[in-house]
Amino acid sequence: MKLDEFFVTGDPLIYGADVSIALTLIGAIFALTYFKKWKWLWTEWLTTVDHKKLGIMYIIAAVLMLFRGGVDAMLMRAQLTVPDAGFLDANHYNEIFTTHGTIMIIFMAMPFLIGLINVVVPLQIGARDVAYPFLNAVSFWTFFMGAMLFNISFVIGGSPSAGWTSYVPLAGLELSPSVGQNYYLLGLQIAGIGTLLTGINFLVTILKMRVPSMKLMHMPMFTWSSLITMVIIIFAFPVLTVALALMTFDRLFGSHFFTMMDGGMPMLWANLFWIWGHPEVYIVILPAFGMFSEIISTFARKTLFGYKAMVYSMVVIAGLSFLVWVHHFFTMGAGGAVNSFFSITTMLIAVPTGVKIFNWLFTLYKGRIRFTTPMLWSLAFIPNFVIGGVTGVMLAMAAADYQYHNTYFLVAHFHYVLISGTVYACFAGLHFWYPKMFNHRLNERLGKWTFWIFVAGFNLCFFPMYFLGLAGMPRRVYTYGVADGWMSLNVLATMGGVLMGIGFLILVYNIYYSFRYSPRETTGDPWDARTLEWSTPAPVPHYNFAHLPEAKGHDAFWIMKQERKQGKTQEKKPYKPIHMPSYSGVPVVMSVFFFIAGFGMVFSWHWMSILGLIGVLATMVIRSFDYDKGFYVSVEEIEEDQKRTTL
Amino acid sequence: MESVEYSPNTPLEYQSETGRLNILGFWIFLGAEIALFSTLFATYLVLVGRTAGGPGPEELFELSGVLIETFLLLTSSFTCGLAIHYMRNHSLKGLFLWLGITLALGLGFLGFEIYEFVHYIHEGAALTTSAYWSAFFVLVGTHGAHVTMGIAWIILILIQLKQRGLTPDTTRKVFISSLYWHFLDVVWIFIFTAVYLYGMVM
Amino acid sequence: MKSFFALSMFLAVMVLSGCSNLTVLDPKGPVAEQQANLILFSIGFMLFIVLVVFVLFTLILVKYRERKSGPEYEPPHIEGNVFLEIVWTVIPVIILIVLAVPTVQTIFALEEAPEATSHKDPIVIHATSVDWKWVFSYPEENIETVNYIHIPEDHPILFKLASADSMGSFWIPSLGGQEYTMSGMMNELYLQADEVGEYRGRNANFTGEGFTEQVFTVTAESQEDYEEWVEEAQDAPELTQEKYNELMLKGHTEEQTFSETHLQWVDHGMDAEYATKVRNGESTDEDDSSEMDHSEMNHDDSEKDSEEHSH
Repeated sequence: MKLDEFFVTGDPLIYGADVSIALTLIGAIFALTYFKKWKWLWTEWLTTVDHKKLGIMYIIAAVLMLFRGGVDAMLMRAQLTVPDAGFLDANHYNEIFTTHGTIMIIFMAMPFLIGLINVVVPLQIGARDVAYPFLNAVSFWTFFMGAMLFNISFVIGGSPSAGWTSYVPLAGLELSPSVGQNYYLLGLQIAGIGTLLTGINFLVTILKMRVPSMKLMHMPMFTWSSLITMVIIIFAFPVLTVALALMTFDRLFGSHFFTMMDGGMPMLWANLFWIWGHPEVYIVILPAFGMFSEIISTFARKTLFGYKAMVYSMVVIAGLSFLVWVHHFFTMGAGGAVNSFFSITTMLIAVPTGVKIFNWLFTLYKGRIRFTTPMLWSLAFIPNFVIGGVTGVMLAMAAADYQYHNTYFLVAHFHYVLISGTVYACFAGLHFWYPKMFNHRLNERLGKWTFWIFVAGFNLCFFPMYFLGLAGMPRRVYTYGVADGWMSLNVLATMGGVLMGIGFLILVYNIYYSFRYSPRETTGDPWDARTLEWSTPAPVPHYNFAHLPEAKGHDAFWIMKQERKQGKTQEKKPYKPIHMPSYSGVPVVMSVFFFIAGFGMVFSWHWMSILGLIGVLATMVIRSFDYDKGFYVSVEEIEEDQKRTTL
Repeated sequence: MESVEYSPNTPLEYQSETGRLNILGFWIFLGAEIALFSTLFATYLVLVGRTAGGPGPEELFELSGVLIETFLLLTSSFTCGLAIHYMRNHSLKGLFLWLGITLALGLGFLGFEIYEFVHYIHEGAALTTSAYWSAFFVLVGTHGAHVTMGIAWIILILIQLKQRGLTPDTTRKVFISSLYWHFLDVVWIFIFTAVYLYGMVM
Repeated sequence: MKSFFALSMFLAVMVLSGCSNLTVLDPKGPVAEQQANLILFSIGFMLFIVLVVFVLFTLILVKYRERKSGPEYEPPHIEGNVFLEIVWTVIPVIILIVLAVPTVQTIFALEEAPEATSHKDPIVIHATSVDWKWVFSYPEENIETVNYIHIPEDHPILFKLASADSMGSFWIPSLGGQEYTMSGMMNELYLQADEVGEYRGRNANFTGEGFTEQVFTVTAESQEDYEEWVEEAQDAPELTQEKYNELMLKGHTEEQTFSETHLQWVDHGMDAEYATKVRNGESTDEDDSSEMDHSEMNHDDSEKDSEEHSH
């Protein structure tokens, strides 16, 4: 392979990126060396198995990916503002929308939500960590390495350019001969391993590690939503594993699953991808629903309306999510009966979702509503998501979908549900649980600026796209002509996009500003909240709870506070040593070997992939022979921690 | 860890919290594996017949080899069960013997399967020949790869058993690997039916 | 204040000008009309739902905000209301049934030719997408065009859709919804133009670098004008296999007309390999696969490697 095939050449934007990456790496290495933090990095973060730290790392990675995916979006908007713009040629545009979609869903939304689940869920159920802390670390590091592999593509070898849906025959070896598509296949495969492990981990954690007094129907709604999400992950992700593997075999080893020659069946990819892909979007929305339930209830100062209905509706959504996948390709010609069946199942999902919307509204009814930043995000979700949801019902009507499909109407719909659902929830959750993670709150004034600018921008950007779709503009076109008449709506969309970018920058500034100026928390309960994670002191001790809390019902912490107000005090029980898992360097090393194996496969340098795989197996053998049993936190240490807190 | 009173009938692998959690987690992992193999089966069944004018299963499948493979694998599942039985009766020797026989049968299965694959390739039916054969080799090959990994895993556990004897940890590992082994046996039954019987009858 | 007014005016102008050409809601034929009616029908219900939620939302926020109720107000403990749950489950189900019935009816109706002209024999046009152009074959008229078609008004057209390579999507928004073109598969799509005019068609499923420009024009004209055009096309130079194989190579091309069609050499709805073989410089003759032992093969029907789909 020539050097100018290995490194992406000929584009000033790429050279700029090369320089930034190099400078950032050098800067990070310099800072770590100058401040003598290498040991700290290894012992505190790279080897951690602590769910709180892993969660923070997930979220940091997600915010960085939000930046990259957002830059992709800005580039796309710039190119589409005016007809026949020469800013990006077709190939470059195709690479950018491919990376935009893949990064936002797989490397931004998933880690953001999984990060918040990691930080919050064990605390909400009164546990000291997850069921498999070592595996939890493996989950994070495989995600991270999968993300690194995918991200390196645009400077080394070239980005994938067949869309995040990667349809064949376009994504096959014949029509996409360059290595970019291999990055997609291997990056997602490695990251997918981590997600599947997370699914198993949190399913067992939630079922088996709750404080004994917390019955299933007393769990916080965020925990419920996480539980149901984990079930979806366990059944959906193996389908993706197979689909990616089959395409990898086609591209690397000459098999014929999806090829045009020798009996391959391109339609099969579309089916396998979406059998995973549809449950995937419910994986990213259900935790969001759970977060909104917590935040709306907290800032309306009122218990969640219709707890049972909220649980059952999520179960129904999860079940139905496996029965709708054909709606992603109604136009593939499956015939009247098939299209009618999937039309109906897809429309049905609207029912439990609608039930949830009304339950949130009635949680607010007769409440005492405080407009904090997390509450603002959760409130804006309601009207915006309903718009996205009803257009989803419109798309579900297959005969009409033959006109909407692959147009900007579809783009508008899924951005409405994904952004006002998942992204608003991520922002809301970030603000809400920030003090639990970092011991200070994000600045409210800056938070509100972010909120208003971003939400205004979001609506300005995506609402016109419904009309662009009806005006005949297909998705994934890199430009259009004057005669198409699409310019004015595109100008509006770009203006909206710019506002969203500004909102994001204010959020980043907020993170810096708050780190410097926000007062540090003295209690673990800055919001007067309702669930057990808020019963921990500030900062949260690494073992979470000195005594395991008692959950007497739904909103367990609220009940504890009520009882305290009524003068019911709990007898002081003596502390006992707490068993905690040991940190380990194996997960990060194993994941580096995964990266090496993946990189080798991308370029078909099989000596490298075999070495990488041997490395992975070696780390697994080392782990198998590791009989470390963790350690005990002494009673003295617990007592010291308790002295520092005021609760 | 809280100190719990265990009934004398509780198997050693269930006597620690780690044991119970890991065993439950592994059952759930098997659920994911069912989803994985289901996808491979669905892919295979969709691609049946797509031989692009090349050789097909009806010409190449031979009942005798498949029956031998089936006998070897099913018997190994039985011997694996015996191994667990001895383990529960605290017999390290019995465990070693029957686990060893299980591995031998597993290796025998693999040997026959590799021979079968090589034979097909010689007859012009390889992974790269047509969609049908791609699906065959990936489905049956994935099962074979799982068997290979199972054998390697059990060898590692045998080493640990030699080093440490029967403890809650080692018995937990043996039990989990036995679950894996039985699972692979069940998958084989589906392969035998949906691939070989169906392919020979078609 | 001035800048706010100016901004509003600007937004209004942009919105109005952008909404003046909603092709999908301006149907030019019975298929598009059925779809537009379904869309407008659904918009009505969706607006109702959005209104209900927005109104409830606004009322609740205004009435129960802390600044109004004051910090001393302690909200009541309300766990739920079974009646309300039933109401907001049943009403959406009813709305869905009301939407589902015409949806299913339309889905099945669109599988057949339009009712009003069902007495007429449809004109069959094979539409084949090839990176990045459209090849149209009229088997009965024995003509072939590239990147444009002529059709008579008020006459059903049966498009037989296939692809020589990538999965494309055949779309003429003014006349109706789209359908995928796939290699080795044949999809059917009925369309009809009720008005004379020129309509734009394009590929609506991303197929790589040249996707955006993979467009074609549709001229709907009177029956006489159409027949005149057909006659002229039949006098056009014959399509040779060499020329056709040139079309199999990737790239854009201008509008072309030929007499004879490529169906004499290949039907992309049955043969998924033709274009690949041409691009690799291999022979496309079926009898020339000398490496294969044909003695035991089942050659009586090539159905094994292709499937018929009716839309």
